[in-house]
Amino acid sequence: MNRREVERILRKVPREKAFYFFTSIGNYTGESAASLGEFVEKLKTVNSKSLEFHLHRGDFEKWVADTLEDKELAEEIGVLRRVPSLMGENLRRKLHFIVSRRHDQLKSLF
Amino acid sequence: MKVTDNGVILDAVDLGILEALQENAKQTYTEIGRRLGVAHSTVYDRIRRLEAYGIIKKYTTVIDVEKIGLRNVTAIMTIFTDPKQSEEVAEKVSEFPEVLEVYTSLSEELLIIAKVVAEDQERLHSFIANRVAPLPGVLRIRTSIITKKFKEEAVRVRNSLADKIKLINSSGENRGRR
Repeated sequence: MNRREVERILRKVPREKAFYFFTSIGNYTGESAASLGEFVEKLKTVNSKSLEFHLHRGDFEKWVADTLEDKELAEEIGVLRRVPSLMGENLRRKLHFIVSRRHDQLKSLF
Repeated sequence: MKVTDNGVILDAVDLGILEALQENAKQTYTEIGRRLGVAHSTVYDRIRRLEAYGIIKKYTTVIDVEKIGLRNVTAIMTIFTDPKQSEEVAEKVSEFPEVLEVYTSLSEELLIIAKVVAEDQERLHSFIANRVAPLPGVLRIRTSIITKKFKEEAVRVRNSLADKIKLINSSGENRGRR
């Protein structure tokens, strides 16, 4: 992975491309993330219902793949999505671990 | 007689015409005139005047969308906003074709309440997540999907003329009984 690709994944996206955390259809928590770094931070605090809602819909994978353009992280989140009955704080821990590990890895590359 | 906010004076005939048109906008001038006891030319003139003043805004058709196969999801969206940006949010939300009605409300917080339609729940969510949530000034959103409609009516003109006529008739009947 070259420097440009890493910078692209770590960049801050415009607000219309940010990730908006919902707890169910149409119910927006007020929390959003406009970069991978912000996403890592929000995963620590956002309502766990929101994590369940988005993980099972595949929203995290889609945003990471299509907006941040990190296919590798998207695939890892996809694996997590297929783990049966992953919920609540257990889900938060595992998701945060995967995403923060990737974030740290990219930050350390250059 | 009623004076509107714009200073337009409406009498019982005007109000009677509005009431009649709200019931059935396809009525002829003659039918309305007969009902109100005025000439059809009077009805014609009054309607032109009501249109010119913007009191009659448009003539439209109420369609049963389910009968033509358009199954929509309707939802009431409550948007909590930063008070300084509330007007801008309401104006932006009003521009979206998915939004049918927009209101502001001052309860404990400054709210925008909007009626939204979408083809299905997924499109409804996508609209709110991609178009509404990113608007500057939006703090959070609560959405209630409507499951059953019990009543839907526009505000109706209640002309006192019909009531007055009834009153005159009934007082006449009372006099006759004496």
